[in-house]
Amino acid sequence: MSTRSVGVALIASALCVAAHAQSGPGLGQPVSAADAAAWDISIQPDGTGLPPGSGNAAAGAQIFATHCAACHGQGGVGQPNDKLVGGQGTLTQLQQVRTVGSYWPYATTIFDYIRRAMPFQTPESLTNDQVYALTAYLLSENGIIGANDTMNAQTLRQVKMPNRDGFIMAYPKRADQGRTRR
Amino acid sequence: MKKTTNTDPALEVVAGNGLLHRRLFLTQSAALVGAGGLSLLAAQPVDAEPLAVPPWMKAPGTHMSVYGSPSKYEAGTQRFVGGTPNVVGSGVSFTPHHKLHGTITPNSLHFERHHSGVPDIDPAAHRLLIHGAVRRPLTFTVESLLRYPTVTRIQFLECAGNSGGNLSPQPPQAPLGMIHGLMSCSEWTGVPLSILLDEAGVEKGNEWVLAEGADAAAMARSVPLKKLMDDAMIALYQNGERLRPENGYPMRLFLPGYEGNMNVKWLRRLKVVNAPTMTRDETSHYTDVLLNGKALILTYPMEVKSVITSPSTGLAMKGPGLYEITGLAWSGLGKIRRVEVSADGGKSWAQAALNEPVLSKAFTRFRMAWRWNGGPATLMSRAVDETGAVQPTRASIVAERGERQNYHMNGIQAWAIAANGEVSNVYA
Repeated sequence: MSTRSVGVALIASALCVAAHAQSGPGLGQPVSAADAAAWDISIQPDGTGLPPGSGNAAAGAQIFATHCAACHGQGGVGQPNDKLVGGQGTLTQLQQVRTVGSYWPYATTIFDYIRRAMPFQTPESLTNDQVYALTAYLLSENGIIGANDTMNAQTLRQVKMPNRDGFIMAYPKRADQGRTRR
Repeated sequence: MKKTTNTDPALEVVAGNGLLHRRLFLTQSAALVGAGGLSLLAAQPVDAEPLAVPPWMKAPGTHMSVYGSPSKYEAGTQRFVGGTPNVVGSGVSFTPHHKLHGTITPNSLHFERHHSGVPDIDPAAHRLLIHGAVRRPLTFTVESLLRYPTVTRIQFLECAGNSGGNLSPQPPQAPLGMIHGLMSCSEWTGVPLSILLDEAGVEKGNEWVLAEGADAAAMARSVPLKKLMDDAMIALYQNGERLRPENGYPMRLFLPGYEGNMNVKWLRRLKVVNAPTMTRDETSHYTDVLLNGKALILTYPMEVKSVITSPSTGLAMKGPGLYEITGLAWSGLGKIRRVEVSADGGKSWAQAALNEPVLSKAFTRFRMAWRWNGGPATLMSRAVDETGAVQPTRASIVAERGERQNYHMNGIQAWAIAANGEVSNVYA
């Protein structure tokens, strides 16, 4: 190999490395965790992301009556929109009733969902204390925690939902192979 | 295999109740069918009316337009809008596939599913945040993403709840679009997500990404990192133009073959995490409850499926004669390998012609020649994909899950043709 061709090979390999390191123009702007905090609203099932604050069912009942009952019924019995309470033991029936109490596998999802999406007309308007209180209220109405239990970042992550073991993880097998019989 | 006495190979009957060999349509030319064959297929001739010069030839037409719209005579080709009671902006709209052809869904007719309305997003103020377990948390403007390398693919999008009405005890009698209209197919263009995730630098040991929209529901789903690195894109264009607001303007996540809900619209945030977040929409919804009470969760691909779009409910037959049965087939696991059609309720099947190109995770249009004798018939289609997966019967899905509300319904659709030409939805 001539000196020239070695030089060409070296340049080519340097270009390959550069192309691998950055295949786009690199226009992302660095952002600190503090600056991203207002958007960082998701809660993991192990409780990661739960904010400071606390609430109980008594406080939650008042908030529910004001902000939630018009769509979910007094006490969360449903109508005109989703039923949130009851239905335990119905999943094997044709008239299944899927609620927070009968179906949802993780208590952290209640906090996550209320905070991101509810009340429907004014999402992200409740304080963390109010969201904890509503979470406690729904858990209490479903008989999963006691009426006087306080929900906070430590207690909520320890709540085991009745249908926690009712799910079969389809990923990754189904994503790779599908469920259809061949 | 039964054959007619006619010797013309193009008129070979290949299955019961009048299905003809797909060669008839593959030739693309009636001239290749012998004269005797044509007479067999033709309806009774009726004299045409005398030809007059129409008024639109006697004066110039209208001016050019800055953004086109369909003919006023096609004003009935509309989405069917269904809402959730008490809440504006939550619900679905269905694509009227019985009034469409080809494989590309017009942008104005692409199905919709919104959880809290269509946000009015100023693209200059929108940001995409990539953070969590990454070495460099980053934000991207829309303008900056428009400078990235692009990928363009034709692929379907199907809501996990599509065709769910066929799990009810009685078959819904509605136009096809209202039964199977929560699916569409477009040419999507955007930035491969692998480029952006590489730029942020995913930390090892974190295999999941929470994707979140900028709508009022902050709709969120967990996506396997593997899928995002494989073939996912941040879609910016749909059928050549920028996304419509109802399809995620200014950007959406697009995950080829995966259930519609995961293709998060108005995408604002991707957080790299070590486990699924188990959001409301991946636990309380989009999970499949089996008859034993257990439920399948994180069921991602929309599997092999087909449906005859013509004839179908909403379209009546107009007398005996030659018809083209046509429909759509697709699979979230790859390409369609073949589609079979039956005109006798599944007793006999024949292979349909597939329009080219047959693309992975895209609608494939199939066609079948049929001589309707004017008697009762039950039309069905059954697709097979390149993995060998065969579209299941409705009965097999009901046996597993019961006749109740559920997702991922890909059972075979049957249309009954009555002697008067009317088409109804039947479980066969």
